Amino acid sequence: MKKAIKVGVLALLFAFLLASALLMHEFGKPAQTEMDNYFIARGQEETGSNNIVAAVVFDYRGLDTMGEAAVLFAAATGVFLVFRGRKKDE
Amino acid sequence: MNKGMAPRESEGMTPIIKTVALALAVPITVFGLYIIAHGHLTPGGGFPGGAVIATLVALFLIAFGKDIGARALNKKMFSGLETVGLVGFALLAFLGLGSSFFNNFLANSPGLFGMAIPFGPNPGFMWTAGTIPLMNLAIGLEVFAALSLIIILFFTEGEDK
Amino acid sequence: MISLPFIAVVVLIAFGLATVLFRKNMIKIVMGVSVIGSGVNLLLVSLGYRESAIAPIFTSAETTLMVLPTPQALTLTSIVISMAVTALMLALAVQIYRHYGSLSTEKRRLKE
Repeated sequence: MKKAIKVGVLALLFAFLLASALLMHEFGKPAQTEMDNYFIARGQEETGSNNIVAAVVFDYRGLDTMGEAAVLFAAATGVFLVFRGRKKDE
Repeated sequence: MNKGMAPRESEGMTPIIKTVALALAVPITVFGLYIIAHGHLTPGGGFPGGAVIATLVALFLIAFGKDIGARALNKKMFSGLETVGLVGFALLAFLGLGSSFFNNFLANSPGLFGMAIPFGPNPGFMWTAGTIPLMNLAIGLEVFAALSLIIILFFTEGEDK
Repeated sequence: MISLPFIAVVVLIAFGLATVLFRKNMIKIVMGVSVIGSGVNLLLVSLGYRESAIAPIFTSAETTLMVLPTPQALTLTSIVISMAVTALMLALAVQIYRHYGSLSTEKRRLKE
């Protein structure tokens, strides 16, 4: 019974995923490219970086990267705390 | 218990593996630093470079054993390096607050990393891109320290007590 | 029009979901979550692909026709965050094993 529910959920999710994959734009022809075309055309003179991905990561979307670094910091602290909490009550 | 896992002997592995680990220390560090320093010119940057250097910590822990590794690799030091990287990154972002947060104030200015580049495909020049190389360095430090800390914690605290 | 990379994404995510749903071992569930993350990364990268384009790096580039840089930057973010989440999940699994003496999600018993 429980297994049947799981199989049903998986089949439903698979159907949705497959439908969205079939409705997706053709591979190799992205749909919305205005912002990325701007980055490629102007990124080099605005940031001076040859690597446009680095320009996006550290300049245009720098706030994202700061959140990401904070998540990594929080994960390291979390692992530290998870391993340490046990020692205390032993 | 614990069959087939990482070596639990405190003395580590054979002298051959220890020697090779020591010999590999310099190439791995140099390669990671190269990836970090050329982050604005070639594929790579702070995240992969920091991860490459962090593999060195895993190699030392496996080769030299847990006890020596835990003694030589201080957890407090890595925690401090992590904080330095994150705070340095945030400070670099705040320094551009004259016009906006994360403003690239060093690019195209007569200073460090401010060299103007010929637009379009070029062979690549080191002293360009403003704050991006400095941020790469800060993020590389942060990722290296965080990954090393996680690896050391799993090695020293994650055993079956 | 069937695009093979998107079908590959669907297969990867479906495998990951099946692992999370049907496996009882926590380490295998962590593996399933990682596989789902890989599927999402593959989706992001293949969304930004442009036909016969090069990586968006101008260093000795042969052409200026480049793939979209924003999905690649987001993939970089996604990889690091999934790594952090995996580390945290594995740490919790270690503590659960110490506490209950088992990694199963069903049969829990306190270790004496």
